Amino acid sequence: MVDPGTLAINSLGSEPSFETSAVQVGANNIVINLGPQHPSTHGVFRLVLTLEGETIRAADSVMGYLHRGTEKICEEGTYLQNVTLTDRLDYLAGMSNNMAYSMAVEHTAGLRVPERGEYLRVLFAELQRYASHCVAVGTFGADVGTFFTPLLYTFREREAILDLFELACGARMTFTFIRPGGAALELPEEFFPACEKLLDDLPRKVDEYERLLTDNEIFIARTRGVGKFAAADGIAWGVSGPILRGSGVRYDLRRDIPYSAYPAFDFAVITRDEGDAYARYLVRIGEMRESIKIARQALAKLKSTTGPTVLKLGSFFRAPPGEGFSRIEAPRGELGFYVVSDGGIAPYRCKCRAPSFINIGPLAEMLRGWKVADVIVILGSIDIVLGEVDR
Amino acid sequence: MIPIPQIALDGQPFTGLRDIIVMILGPVVPGWVIGIVLTLVGLTFLIGFMTVVVMSLVLMERRVIAFMQDRLGPNRVGPEGLFQTVADVVKLLSKEDIIPRNADRPTFLLAVPAAVIPSLLIYAVIEWAPGMSLADLNIGFLYILAISSLTTISVVMAGWGSNNKYALLGAMRAAAQMISYEIPIVMSLVGVAMIVGSLKITDIIGWQIDAVWLILLQPVGFLVFFISSLAELNRTPFDLMEADSEIVAGYHIEYSGMRFALFFLAEYLNAFAAVAIAVTIFFGGWQGPFFPPYVWFVLKCYALFFVLVWLRGTLPRVRVDQLMGLAWKGMVPLALANILITGIGMWVWNEVF
Repeated sequence: MVDPGTLAINSLGSEPSFETSAVQVGANNIVINLGPQHPSTHGVFRLVLTLEGETIRAADSVMGYLHRGTEKICEEGTYLQNVTLTDRLDYLAGMSNNMAYSMAVEHTAGLRVPERGEYLRVLFAELQRYASHCVAVGTFGADVGTFFTPLLYTFREREAILDLFELACGARMTFTFIRPGGAALELPEEFFPACEKLLDDLPRKVDEYERLLTDNEIFIARTRGVGKFAAADGIAWGVSGPILRGSGVRYDLRRDIPYSAYPAFDFAVITRDEGDAYARYLVRIGEMRESIKIARQALAKLKSTTGPTVLKLGSFFRAPPGEGFSRIEAPRGELGFYVVSDGGIAPYRCKCRAPSFINIGPLAEMLRGWKVADVIVILGSIDIVLGEVDR
Repeated sequence: MIPIPQIALDGQPFTGLRDIIVMILGPVVPGWVIGIVLTLVGLTFLIGFMTVVVMSLVLMERRVIAFMQDRLGPNRVGPEGLFQTVADVVKLLSKEDIIPRNADRPTFLLAVPAAVIPSLLIYAVIEWAPGMSLADLNIGFLYILAISSLTTISVVMAGWGSNNKYALLGAMRAAAQMISYEIPIVMSLVGVAMIVGSLKITDIIGWQIDAVWLILLQPVGFLVFFISSLAELNRTPFDLMEADSEIVAGYHIEYSGMRFALFFLAEYLNAFAAVAIAVTIFFGGWQGPFFPPYVWFVLKCYALFFVLVWLRGTLPRVRVDQLMGLAWKGMVPLALANILITGIGMWVWNEVF
């Protein structure tokens, strides 16, 4: 990895806004491996850091430790079987992955999802967004150095949401609930009161996280101004989700390229102009509140409508030859699926545009000049899921 | 005949024991032997007692933080998890003792006693109850400060000897941090020394019993002392040298089994020593009604330790440069101002009354 003379950093150095530099490794520099087994890389992600004292002079990200060849395996399974693989990409937001893949298949096959199926999708996608942001905010708190208190607070609510998912589909993380044609099952009777109670409870819980972190002097000192990222850079790198919105770009697919039942619902797009780790944290907190609002509306719609939730497709359903693309606003950003069909029972090609993978593109750029402690904060504020980065 | 030194085993519950030892050995051996015997007996009591205290502190910390984090914490081993720490120690004792091949062996091995011994030495001058201390030095104060700064050496030894970059980063942080915070700690206590006019622990407690607790006269001094102690003790929000989310475990990353446990022991010994010193100097030591003095002393220590745990359950960690900034731009000027104001206050007091 590191040759004795110089360490060439930034394999991505050909980008225009990016100067390639070689840092001399000598008495003043040490090269340190952060990961792949490190408590704060959120998975098997590895960063090769060249340090001068505690200051980062160069950073090189190494990924692929969790590569499972999902896209290739998709070519072997039927359209419905492949849904199970998408759960395992962004394993913190299985519902969103199911949804994006299903939408791509529906686009390929020209299917129209029943109205009730769309409401179910929105409800679960938003609950999933809340649960996923719970992990993001909680682990971010731990990255900043609290002794896991925010993490355990947020996981408490995440557990409650996972319980709801379990009630609806029997699984807690790998759902395969949203599938081509709609959402697999009708909700059980007891789901509605449980969900309502939880949704009434959640805003108070978000306040609780905010009391713990938002105004905390040390938290602000650690995150404000750290990992600053300009809006123009964000667009150039193609980043999306809370990172882009934290840099002041009002870009949210739910509003800009409406899909599913989102046009029927009222919600705000949260943005912050600062572009630092603190702004990203605040965007996530704001989005949690918005998710609760959307979930409430979707639940009301579900209560007032009847009808099927899913189209009957059959296990070996074939999409006509052609291609389809979908993109949704997943918790981590713009999640896209591209499916090509040759008329068989399996997709000819399936490609996933994973937000985490795109979002860590500018990581090396963001890290340079910061301290070791900031590496963790910046990485935590980007909030990657390695299942999705490596696929 | 050489007089029996009045150093060990004094104070209420132990006076009887001392008298028995003196009665039995008195006619047989010379006075200095009795002195050594008494000191050894006292040391044994102290080390045994402190081990139990540390075990209770570890359990307390885990249970209190669990309570703050809305979970249960260890509650399986014994009633309410009372023997959890014992089980942990047994586990650590039975683990394989790993020394990295490329470690600097002598440094690596010596770092452990270098950590534990100074933290035990501090307890020599702590007065648990009237007269109940191993040694009442007339420079008790300075002794504490001098011994507590020895901890840095063990951390740097461990970090260097491990031959691990994370450990080295932790050690570098430790050296910078502990040396920086040494200064505000010393200066925060100058005000106390000025008011009391003595560096002797018994004099400080005695003065507080005659007048008022020094926390009322030296609130700023206490604040600076407490915050700097957190940094010196390497506790949240200043636990940079073993920041588990950044440099994994810092200087003791390569230590396992009982060596790791001894580092852990030293850490909690230091924490308890710091709160004991704070109680002695600012909260009237063993003074208190109804209960025996040593109960009061330990109670106050636990109450102050609870604050440490509370902070750990709440606060994030500061960054290296912010830590240094706080020491040099915040704590040192504050301590200096405190000395100045104390001086002016004493002059005014003397002029008026």
